[in-house]
Amino acid sequence: MADETRPTSSESSGGDRPDRGERRPPRPGGPGGPGGREGGRKYFRRKKVCKFCVEKIESINYKDYRLLGQFVAESGKIVPRRLTGVCMPHQRRLSLAIKQARNIALLPFAGRAS
Amino acid sequence: MNRTYELMFVVRPDMAEEDQDKLISTLETAVTSTGGALKSVERMGKRRLAYMVRRFQEGIYILMIVEGGGGLMQELERRLRVSEPVIKFLTVRVDEEQKRLDKIKQIRESRKKAAPAPAAPAEAASGENAPATA
Repeated sequence: MADETRPTSSESSGGDRPDRGERRPPRPGGPGGPGGREGGRKYFRRKKVCKFCVEKIESINYKDYRLLGQFVAESGKIVPRRLTGVCMPHQRRLSLAIKQARNIALLPFAGRAS
Repeated sequence: MNRTYELMFVVRPDMAEEDQDKLISTLETAVTSTGGALKSVERMGKRRLAYMVRRFQEGIYILMIVEGGGGLMQELERRLRVSEPVIKFLTVRVDEEQKRLDKIKQIRESRKKAAPAPAAPAEAASGENAPATA
């Protein structure tokens, strides 16, 4: 499962959420995100951010299979957004684009692209 | 009723260049005879397929951008379905997505313009004030 978190590695920093209009300063209470709970895990987990919001990628197209491939697991599944950090509006477009790409044989339905 | 569609199709890898031209031109006549317009044709070349399609591992991808109504697309899809060398096709309507992208682009540009505009008059005002006091 560790490899499925791969798309999140590109973000720079972040307590703030770039998918909102205005930028909030980082909260003093420590890192947000699922790992930041009090008394939970000891290690620091970086806040996941949406790649499309950060890099300002507007069009999620079925043709750039390289981009879509980052959000497809080894098995060919669409990686859930709790693992990738993609925001909901972009995840909807992303899943549509991946399905279209599968249909035209740019991405596999199952397994690695042969 | 003018919509823009992307029509992507895959032909078998052993199809000759002339045959591809012939196929594209027949589609083009089908488009223009019904009042549509063929905006562009792009050959994306031979590519390995992600999975086997009709026992082919490779295919030649061709992308056409077509303007016209839904009836035209039905006709084009019917033609692709019956033409033997075409192994896969996909039509996607793109005009609404394009409209959305244009809107975002416009908003972004207007924001960019709005940011430096207030700074310029402020500088001019301070420049006028300086000689007056001196």
